[in-house]
Parts: sequence; structure tokens; C-alpha cells
Amino acid sequence: MILFERFKAGLARTREATLDKLRNLLGLSRWDAAEYEQLEEILISADIGYDTTQQLLKTLMETAGANEIGANLSPGERLRLELNRLLDGDGASPHRFSAAPWVILLVGVNGSGKTTTVGKLAYYFFQQGKRSAVAAADTFRAAAIEQLEVWAGRGRARVIRQAQGADPAAVVFDAYNSVKARGEDVLIVDTAGRLQAKQNLMEELAKIRRVLNRLDASAPHEALLVLDATTGQNGLSQAAGFLRSASITGLIVTKLDGTARGGIVVPIRRQLELPIAFIGLGEAVDDLQPFDAKVYVDALLAI
Amino acid sequence: MLDELTEKFERFVRNLKGQGKLSEANVRDTVREVRRILLEADVSLPAAKSFIDAVTTKALGQQVLTSITPGQQMVKVIYDELAQFLGGASEPVRFGKSPSPILLVGLNGVGKTTTTAKLALYLRKKGRKPLMAAGDVRRPAAAEQLEILGKQLGIPVVRGESSPIKIFEKGYEFARREGLDCILVDTAGRQHIDDELMQELSELQAFVKPPETLLVVDGMTGQDAVKSAQAFSARLEITGLILTKLDGDARGGAALSVRYITGKPIKFIGVGEKTADLEAFHPDRLAGRILGMGDIVGLVEKAQSVVDAEAAEKAAKKLLKREFTLEDFKEQIIQLKKMGPLDSLLAMIPGMKGAMKGIKIDEREMKVVVAIIDSMTPQERRSPRIIDGSRRKRIARGSGTSVQQINRLLNQFEQMQKMMKRFGKRGAPPLGLPRMPF
Ligand SMILES: Nc1nc2c(ncn2[C@@H]2O[C@H](COP(=O)(O)OP(=O)(O)OP(=O)(O)O)[C@@H](O)[C@H]2O)c(=O)[nH]1
Ligand SMILES: Nc1nc2c(ncn2[C@@H]2O[C@H](COP(=O)(O)OP(=O)(O)O)[C@@H](O)[C@H]2O)c(=O)[nH]1
Ligand SMILES: [Mg+2]
Ligand SMILES: [Mg+2]
Repeated sequence: MILFERFKAGLARTREATLDKLRNLLGLSRWDAAEYEQLEEILISADIGYDTTQQLLKTLMETAGANEIGANLSPGERLRLELNRLLDGDGASPHRFSAAPWVILLVGVNGSGKTTTVGKLAYYFFQQGKRSAVAAADTFRAAAIEQLEVWAGRGRARVIRQAQGADPAAVVFDAYNSVKARGEDVLIVDTAGRLQAKQNLMEELAKIRRVLNRLDASAPHEALLVLDATTGQNGLSQAAGFLRSASITGLIVTKLDGTARGGIVVPIRRQLELPIAFIGLGEAVDDLQPFDAKVYVDALLAI
Repeated sequence: MLDELTEKFERFVRNLKGQGKLSEANVRDTVREVRRILLEADVSLPAAKSFIDAVTTKALGQQVLTSITPGQQMVKVIYDELAQFLGGASEPVRFGKSPSPILLVGLNGVGKTTTTAKLALYLRKKGRKPLMAAGDVRRPAAAEQLEILGKQLGIPVVRGESSPIKIFEKGYEFARREGLDCILVDTAGRQHIDDELMQELSELQAFVKPPETLLVVDGMTGQDAVKSAQAFSARLEITGLILTKLDGDARGGAALSVRYITGKPIKFIGVGEKTADLEAFHPDRLAGRILGMGDIVGLVEKAQSVVDAEAAEKAAKKLLKREFTLEDFKEQIIQLKKMGPLDSLLAMIPGMKGAMKGIKIDEREMKVVVAIIDSMTPQERRSPRIIDGSRRKRIARGSGTSVQQINRLLNQFEQMQKMMKRFGKRGAPPLGLPRMPF
């Protein structure tokens, strides 16, 4: 399992002491107050958030005494089971490529990794024998288009662009028509980073959606929030905001090659039911992996 | 989210209200709630722990003030301590021999390039002559990004070499030739566990020897902030911090984490995508934001500096015993006026913001009340019951008001006395001041 190895390699470089403590904890057959307290710290350090952590602890403590399935498992095993249950189900659309072109919109706050992920996604589809084109709908940030061109090259995708400052919805409109005419399989839309609290900028995304909608009533077929794994509790606000304005269908969690655990996806999954489609593991074009709950949970707990 | 948290905090302060003293038990309860608030604001566990220890020690040693409730006092201790943790007033950028280098470093996508341009603009406004060096040779179009920003601002940019060290050398020559006095060096984003890239950075710093190396931190960062800040400051000499993306709804608790780990001053905050969106850092504002509260502490401070605590307490005691007279009432109004515009003041009281919704406080009406009371005899002020019809007419004439206005004031006063009596059973009113009946 490549991904797993990658995580491990990354983690090998983090402090061994905490890891030992953790392995120890998860291996115990019985937990007392001190162990639960330790677990609380682990979960909070992973950015799972205070409330969700309390919820998890409660669930674990309740099932600890109960005579039900899982009661014969160790607390560590039950924890993994519970997290697995929470995160299960990958966010890839089961109908991917059922429409032509299949349109994927990438949205997110500033600097989360959207443009990079456009390139990685295109490359991922290229490897599956699909032809991609990308729309340069970030017309705001300096050199965003030049950056996208490099990434599109790496992902073997064609770029449809206009000048800096152009209306992003117009870029998307042109891109769709051009892709349709050429019969490419996928259109990936790169958008400018924006903070979810900014109403006017969020409205711009709604407009892009409306334009796509008029071209194909089912487009965009996927709208993915690109979320930086180092994000803390604001991630929940991000997911809620982009769900409201851009009707996101799932997440891509980036920068998991660092030491951040990306635990904020747990409350996001729990409260908004948004699944994770992919994870980003580096700055190279092939550093993208489809989401796998089991692997994610292990990484979350740094096993 | 912010509103929700403010409310939570207000609820928790309300629960504390009316307790006589800062006892060990209520300090402990309070800090548990504070821990939760800090964690929800993304303050990392170790930073939160150390902060809470400091608060507990401080709070237990506190003398109980008579003018405010223990809840408010606790809030003040927490807020003061937090502002202190976050550092003193905004510190200036450090310069050495001209052209003086400034290095900007940080994780991927935190805002280094944008901040390089923002800082260059800021320094130019201060009379400096900056040069920007595009030291990110890795990210696609990173140099173009900086160059475009430089063109927009009319600030020169050097770029195009194969390594950051070479770009800096080129910049150094350029700056000397052109008489520029500082060089802002943008660097590539990296992960703190990437040994090779961290090594590159420490070599760059060793070569450049900058008096200022700023770690740029995304304001939305969670618990990982301690790890990355620790790694950066282990490999590099960090001299200051810049927190970005605070124009959204992030609570910015990472500030506490990076301060705690590096001990370095937060010098600026980024509040938008435009090059002008850089602000000097104010620890008190960020403290309020992290705690997710209105300006409760501002109120407590104002109350402490303006209201004579003992006088307020005497008035409160009288009030509770129903000895509160119109004379005392007038005094309270005058003290309230010293504290500033009434609406904003009341909005600062935890729990008041909700209660005050829709209620408009008319400062003119406050003046009218003072005028009416001034037209009364000392006897009338002490026992308003003796104010009959003809006295009312006289007072109205004397204060330039109408009998109806006198009636209304006397009614309200009586109601307030009743209310205060009820309040008395549950403890002191906020600030020892009655809620004004207009
Ligand atoms: N280590 C690492 N870096 C990444 C990853 N994904 C993106 N990055 C880096 O993060 C930074 C920001 O990435 P971009 O792709 O420009 O992000 P963006 O969301 O398009 O940014 P804006 O358009 O400026 O909002 C760049 O330095 C990328 O190289 C990842 O999975 N791991
Ligand atoms: N909203 C907001 N966006 C910012 C701020 N600072 C930088 N950005 C954006 O964050 C993204 C990444 O910034 P960039 O300077 O390229 O980051 P770098 O990779 O660290 O050099 C860009 O979209 C910037 O426009 C800020 O204070 N507020
Ligand atoms: Mg981008
Ligand atoms: Mg950059």
C-alpha cells in the first residue's frame, strides 16, 4: 500500500516518543480515566475538535461496558471501528464519466491547493485513459493562469483561458463549449481562492454553477472543496459555507504529507455528511490518492 | 460560529455571576470552560495548557474587586493574560546595514508571496526603498506572481536564477547599484519535515544573514501549528511572525501556539488578498477574537478606571436595602455618562447584548432625567413619595419638562427599586449599577 508507506515515512520523522505512547494506548485491553484523557489529547491534537472528541469518548465509554458487538474488542480497536464508521464511503461519484464532458469544479479558501490539485486530477484521469481540459477560472490572483498552465501540462490537459481579470463564469462558459465540441472526457474548473465569509466572492461561485447548469442541467457533476490538512476548526465553517454557496459534493484533503492529521474531516463528515474523494500527499503530479477510510483512520491515529 | 461562541461564553459568565469570591472551585470551573474555548479556537494543546496554568495562578492570587462580579473579574484576568501571552504592542521591522535583507518563510500556501508584496508596500510607505527577490524557484509561476505584484506597486523585483542564494546575490548587487535599502526575499513553501528543503532554507539564511526572518503562518491553522513552528525555529533563527487570512471568520488561535513555541513577536496580520491588506498587530484585539467575545473586558476596564468602586458598592447596598434615592440615581447616571455612549457600553456586558436588542437608549433622555432630579429639593430626592401634584408642576417648570415626564420618571424609579430588590436576593447587579429604566 503505497499511501500507507508514505504516511509512515512522514511519521517516522516525527517524534518517536509520542508514537510509542500512542501504540501503547491503542494496544491496551482496558482503559481507565487516565487512558481516556490521553485519548482526548490525541484526538484534539489531530484537529478532530472539542465537541466531536467528547462525542467519541462518550460513545467509546458507553460501548465499553455494554454487551454488544465490539464489546470483546480492545478500546483501541473500537475507536478505529468507530472512526471508520464515521468516515466510511469514498466521495468519488459512482457515475463518474456518465455525462460528457464530466465537469468537476474545485473550490476552496486561499492557498489550499486547488490549482495543484487540478493538475494532479487531470493526471489521475489521464492514467485512466481519459482526456481532460481545464478552465482557468481563477482570473484574480497574480500569475494564477501561468501556474495552472504548468500544472495542466503536467496533467496532460488542455487549458482554456482568458485574460487576467476576465469574468470567471464567462471562462467556464467558453471552456464547456470548447470541450463539448472537441469531445474531451473531463472538464476541471480551477477557481480563485476565497474565504467562505465573503458573501460577494461566494456569489461568484453560485454564478459559475448557474452557467454550467444552463449548459448541462446535471453540471457540475462534482464540486469538491479543497481543504488544507493543517486547517483547524475553521474547516467546518469552510465546508458549511461552500456547501451553501457552491453545493459541494465532497472534499479533497491536501498537504497530508506534513505532520497535520486532517482530523477536521471527522466533524465535517459527521455534521455535514460530506465524503472525501481524494487526498493530496505532496507537490508532485502523482501525489494524489483516492480516499480510503481505513488508511485515513490509521494515519489520523498515527499508527 | 462567532456568535454562537460569544453566546456560550456569555452564558458561562452569567453562571458565574453573583458568586462572592474567586474561590478555587470557581476558578477551576472557569478554566475548564476556557480550555474548551481555546481548543475550539485552534489554540494547540500545549499552548492552552501553559496558558491555563498561568491564568489559574493569577486568578487565585486576585483580590476580589467590589465593583464587578467574580465572573467578570475572571474574564478580565483571562483576557489580560491572553493579550500578554500574545505579546506587547506591535514591534517594528528590524533593519541592519543597508541593503538590509528580510526573509519570509513558511509552509505551502500560507501567503508568503502576497505578504512579501504587502510588506514591501508597507515599508515604502514608511519611507524605505524596497526590492523584492523571487526566491521561490520551485512553485510554478511563483516568480511571475511576485513580478506582477511588483509591477502593480512599482516596486522592483529580481528573479530568474536557479537558486534562492543566487537570486539574493543578484538582488544585493541590484539594490546597492540602485540605492535601495532593503531586500524582501520570498521563499518556496515547504513542509517542515522535508529535510532537504529545510536544509536549503537554513543555508539560505546562513548566507543572507538577515536581521529579520519572518515566519508566515496561516490564521486558519489548527493544532499542527506548534509542530511546524517548532521545526522552523529549530532550523532557522526566526525573529518574528506574520499571521495571514484573518479577514475571514477564523478565530486565529494558532497565534497563541506559535507565540508559545517561538516566543517571537507577531508583527503583522494579513487581512485580505490586496497588497494594502496588512495591519500592525494588536494583541488585545486578537485576544478578544480568540475568546470569541465582545469587548467585555473593555467594559470591565472602563468600569474600574472611572467608577469609584466603593461609591458604587455603597449605592448598590443602599439600593438593595431600598434606601436608594433619586440623588443616588442621579450620581449613577453621571458615572455612567463618564463611561461613554450608553448603548455601546451596555452592549459590552455579557448577556446584555441579547437583552438590549431593540432597546434604544436615548442620551438626551438621560440629560432630562438629570435636569428633573436637579429641580427637586433634597427632601424630595430622598422621599419621592411626598412629590404630589403641585410639587410635580413646580419641578416640571424648573427643569423645563412636562408633568408627564416627571410622572414617568417617578414610576420608572419605583419599578427599578422593586427590580433591584428582586436582584438583591440573587446577588449584586452587574457593576453594582442598576439597569436604567429608559
Ligand atoms: N506539500 C504539499 N503542498 C501542496 C499540496 N497541494 C498544494 N500544495 C502547495 O500549496 C501551495 C498552494 O497551492 P496552490 O495549488 O497554489 O493553491 P490554490 O488553492 O490554487 O491557491 P490560490 O489559488 O492562491 O488560492 C503551493 O505551494 C503548492 O505547491 C500537497 O498536497 N502537499
Ligand atoms: N483572504 C486572504 N488571502 C490571502 C491573504 N494572504 C495571502 N492570501 C492568499 O492566499 C493564497 C496563497 O498565497 P501565496 O502568497 O501564493 O502563498 P505562498 O504559497 O505562501 O507564497 C493566495 O490566493 C493569496 O491571494 C490574506 O491575508 N487573506
Ligand atoms: Mg490557485
Ligand atoms: Mg509563494
